[in-house]
Amino acid sequence: MAEMTLIQAITQAMDEELARDKRVFITGEDVGPRGGVFRATMGLFDKYGADRIVDSPLAELSIVAIGIGAAVAGLRPICEIQFADFIHPAFNQIVSEASKMYYRSNGQWNVPMVIRAPYGGGISGGLYHSQSVEAFFTHLPGLKVVIPSTPHDAKGLLKSAVRDPNPVMFFEPKKGYRAIKGDVPEGDYTVPIGPARIARVGTDVSVYAYGMMAHYATIAAEMVAQSDGIAAEVVDLRTLLPVDKEAILNSFKKTGKALIVYEDNLTMGYGAEVAAILANEGFEYMDAPVRRLAGPDVPGVPFSHDMQEFFMVNPHKIADAIRDLAAY
Amino acid sequence: MATPNKETVLEWYRQMVLIREFEEACQQLYNEKRITGVYLHLYSGHEAIGVAAVACMEVGRDHIITAYRDHGLALAIGVDPNKVMAEMMGRRDGTSGGKGGSMHLASREHNFWGGYAIVGGHLPLATGIALAEQYNGTGGVVISMIGDGATNNGYFHEALNMSGVWDLPNIWIIENNGYGMGTAVERAAGNPILHQRALGYGIKDLERVDGQDVFAMYEAVQAAVEHARAGYGSVLIEAITYRYRGHGVSDKQYDSKLREELEKWKREKDPITILRNRLEKKYKDIAKTLDAIDAEQKAVVERSIAFAEASPLPNTYEELFAHVYVES
Repeated sequence: MAEMTLIQAITQAMDEELARDKRVFITGEDVGPRGGVFRATMGLFDKYGADRIVDSPLAELSIVAIGIGAAVAGLRPICEIQFADFIHPAFNQIVSEASKMYYRSNGQWNVPMVIRAPYGGGISGGLYHSQSVEAFFTHLPGLKVVIPSTPHDAKGLLKSAVRDPNPVMFFEPKKGYRAIKGDVPEGDYTVPIGPARIARVGTDVSVYAYGMMAHYATIAAEMVAQSDGIAAEVVDLRTLLPVDKEAILNSFKKTGKALIVYEDNLTMGYGAEVAAILANEGFEYMDAPVRRLAGPDVPGVPFSHDMQEFFMVNPHKIADAIRDLAAY
Repeated sequence: MATPNKETVLEWYRQMVLIREFEEACQQLYNEKRITGVYLHLYSGHEAIGVAAVACMEVGRDHIITAYRDHGLALAIGVDPNKVMAEMMGRRDGTSGGKGGSMHLASREHNFWGGYAIVGGHLPLATGIALAEQYNGTGGVVISMIGDGATNNGYFHEALNMSGVWDLPNIWIIENNGYGMGTAVERAAGNPILHQRALGYGIKDLERVDGQDVFAMYEAVQAAVEHARAGYGSVLIEAITYRYRGHGVSDKQYDSKLREELEKWKREKDPITILRNRLEKKYKDIAKTLDAIDAEQKAVVERSIAFAEASPLPNTYEELFAHVYVES
């Protein structure tokens, strides 16, 4: 067991998967000698060479599309999109080809690929380096969507993603790349795609979150435990698609109160689906209105510091929302 | 380059007649509402291009991919006409169990990666398949059909550029039939000499090829395959052709000028007539053989219709939900 940062765990997962399976290769902008914009592929070019760590042109649609083509033809690509904000040129390839390939061919071929993309704000990146894009993709049966919040899960889930026979969108909370640290087992292990994780056990309020917000929710839960004696349960959803309904409902059965936290714009965000599941299948356990705490409905995360802070959900805002709901 | 023998040329003739008979039957079946839906893009007029392309492939080793005008390639490469017709009618025995229909034929065993309904969307997939071939060192090549309309969008640009950067074994064949849907090439392309785009991507191109002459097409594609298979990289071919049934069957745009244009192509440049005349000139008494082929192919198509209409329609929820995810 070694303590490492989120991004170190991601690098280690890729390193081990490259060593394990010759079909695995990485492509993306500057993933080669430069080690990627966030240095996630640092050192891999020297170790595995130009054939397996492939610098692409600045052309996102093709980074994804060649991944799909190579995957159907038998390889196991890991495609890196520098920022989730840049994924939109590849949107058609993900929607029309990756998610549908297995279905449209009636099972003749599948797309075993991973698309990695750092997402999220709070880094003064401005409008086009701060977005949360997961809700566009969780709407697409055929895809899997994964967002880890701890180094342990990042390594284990990324390994599962590489081995998965389906296309997996792997979004990484970039604000946590170096800020989130944790213990990571040595060597090979996987975390299954699908099940959520109870990050903190509690009985008063269920807090549903993922990625950076799961990290913050855990901090907030400790804050309200200290200050108010509230026992908040934090459910780290980890896999957004397919949805782990069982874990969502099981926690709700205990608490009867739900706070769904996400960084994306509030309206039509992922939390809307969680709320719908609770309303539909958890109605008899409900003790309070289902609440969402999310980014405001403005077109982007503004650059200027105070404006960015208005946008971003943080542990204090989450703690306030937990207190409010606990008192209901 | 080996000159094709009589037997080979007769096989080309058979394939071209099969395609024509099949497509004209589809038009008829559509008129009679035995093929339903509104989208059916027929290959009549283009036959020589697809047949020549397939003739240059090692089927099973090489790959081919196309857009939505895909029936002809499926038939040329040897997909069972019964299954193709069943797919037209959305039947359980269709190439994708009725999920795809006319525009989404596919056959894994032939490395026929299918028809794609998003203009140009399949082109970067072809780049990815070629990358896999290069990665695995198999010597396989990837032939991609491109409508003239697709040459004006971003997929074309990125796909060909990457094939140029990495010297991939892609053979790009533009089927220039003069119109992208209803818009003439000259009104859509800054430079309507489409093969000249190759210069911008550092790939080889050839002079425009007469797409109605199966021998000219064969010679061009054969040269391209040799180039790509030897590891010299991609080739762009522009075949000049004409579509006999408009953009699709719902295309009712024919004014008198276009009708005249169409009649002139049929009269002077019909690919089957050109081949037949050539064969009759070269081989005395071949007319009977050719007539027999014509009759055989008509019978093949009739059988395919009977097969398709006897095949059940998929009508269970199990079929609806089959092949969303690969179960691992």
